[in-house]
Amino acid sequence: MQPIIELEKVSKYFGGITALNNASLKVNKGEVVGLIGDNGAGKSTLIKTLVGVHSPDNGNIKIRGDVVNNWNALKAREAGIETVFQDRALCPQQSIVWNIFMGKELKYPFGFIREKEQINEANRLIREIGLTSKLINAQSPVGNLSGGERQGVAIARAIYNNAELIILDEPTNNLSLNETQKVFDFVINVKKSNRSVLFIGHNIYHVYDISDRFVILDRGEVVHHLNKEDVQSPEELMKIMRDTIKGH
Amino acid sequence: MKNNKSVIGNMFHNNGRALGSMGYFALLMLVFLIGAPEAWMRPNLHQSVFVMMPTLIFLTIPLVFLVASGEIDLSFASTYAVAAYVFAIMAKSGIDPALCILAGLLTGTAIGGLVGALIVIFRLSSLVASLGVLFLLRGIILLLTNSRSITLLEIDTHWIYPLLVGKFYGFPMQIFWAAIFVTFSYYLFSKHVFGIHIHHVGDNSVSAEQMGINVNAVKIKAFMFVGFGAALGGIFTTLITYTFFPTQGFGYLLLALAAVFVGGTPYWGGLGTIIGAVFGVGIIAYMEIGIVAIGWSGTWRQFFNGLIILLALLGHRLHGERVR
Repeated sequence: MQPIIELEKVSKYFGGITALNNASLKVNKGEVVGLIGDNGAGKSTLIKTLVGVHSPDNGNIKIRGDVVNNWNALKAREAGIETVFQDRALCPQQSIVWNIFMGKELKYPFGFIREKEQINEANRLIREIGLTSKLINAQSPVGNLSGGERQGVAIARAIYNNAELIILDEPTNNLSLNETQKVFDFVINVKKSNRSVLFIGHNIYHVYDISDRFVILDRGEVVHHLNKEDVQSPEELMKIMRDTIKGH
Repeated sequence: MKNNKSVIGNMFHNNGRALGSMGYFALLMLVFLIGAPEAWMRPNLHQSVFVMMPTLIFLTIPLVFLVASGEIDLSFASTYAVAAYVFAIMAKSGIDPALCILAGLLTGTAIGGLVGALIVIFRLSSLVASLGVLFLLRGIILLLTNSRSITLLEIDTHWIYPLLVGKFYGFPMQIFWAAIFVTFSYYLFSKHVFGIHIHHVGDNSVSAEQMGINVNAVKIKAFMFVGFGAALGGIFTTLITYTFFPTQGFGYLLLALAAVFVGGTPYWGGLGTIIGAVFGVGIIAYMEIGIVAIGWSGTWRQFFNGLIILLALLGHRLHGERVR
């Protein structure tokens, strides 16, 4: 099976600085890949390259096996790659349904909203990812939700936008244990629906728990590709990371 | 029983502010009724309120859209006069009044669009920039008219006069048009993609932009709607009084803004209520007329207007602060 997206020896330079150096990465259908690295390791350059904000200076980007030229943000969205940013990009005073359909509303002619259909679809989406509680339905205002639940709304929106690969940029930052578990549950449900997740995090324990594979980035280079079977514990993953950084 | 709590919670979230201003309106009625029952029973008091309300509704409702989008406009009080001037000068020169009304409405909408574009493109403060436009347009009107008014005594012979401001079985037609305007605006605000984008833009414009909403276009359209409403108000008033006078509209500046906020639309953007604004207009209009009607001196009017605004704002605090 072809990976959804594959970076082949991609480099990116900013002036004299090498932000990415021959970095290779692939994400297969239905898997959760954890991307880890220290501050300044090139994580955000790598993400921005994946979503088409940056185009690579060298190397290839393949979508489902085919090399894509002139990679940009529009092509990334068409390929089903959606990012859920740290700041969550939601409108907290509006309802869940309005947030999910933001900018892509279901409309009748003349621009009136297909309200019932939107609400049904939003309820279906939040059930699909597991955002269920007696107190939450599609018409609840996002401002009443916890941090983890808001991540869920952002993920549901990505799914509505036909995401095949959802990039979660440090989704568990500043979240309590309970809230982190909620985000994990969402990720597991996304995976069940045969979509893929690229999980970026500082917290090695979080990345270890949720990921099927790990990619370690250091100073613009991908230094390790590891399967979950190769690493026995988060401590071992941490040690590998530390040794890598020392080795430089 | 399932979801009972959240259904009530959502209802309060969606309608709490409108319910609040309805409550203040009812309270005000009660105060007047107890304070001066005989005056309150006289129908002519309510009739004069009903003459004032439509104009104030045309001005206030579009402002709810604009405030919800995170902007403000003061220039509407002068746009009101410019649009009325365009209408009056054309009608005076013998052009069909229906066309003159259309020209006035287009003028108002265009001015709104220009003010909006100026503010949005050059990233000016909407408060200060629209204050500038308010004086600028008023100055132009005073220069053009030499401070003289224009009377249109023969206008009521045209078919459009009874249709817009005539009486239907004693019922002023402008009330009917105001009701249509409110209904249309209600659906536009909460069921139409334009209104929904207004909410998103006012709530989190960065996120709206990321999700593909053209933030500047949405804001400019909101300014255009304010200009359109101002033109409607100006033209209706000119028709009702048979006169365009160059200072007209100025008196509505603070009243319309007060009605928006008393009506429960918060100043910070992302939220607004059309129904609440209608009751806000009711409160302001009854204050303006009621104080005098119950036999108090007109000098009390501003005092009570101020008091009502402050009390209403304090009351709306109960609906909470901005959620982030």
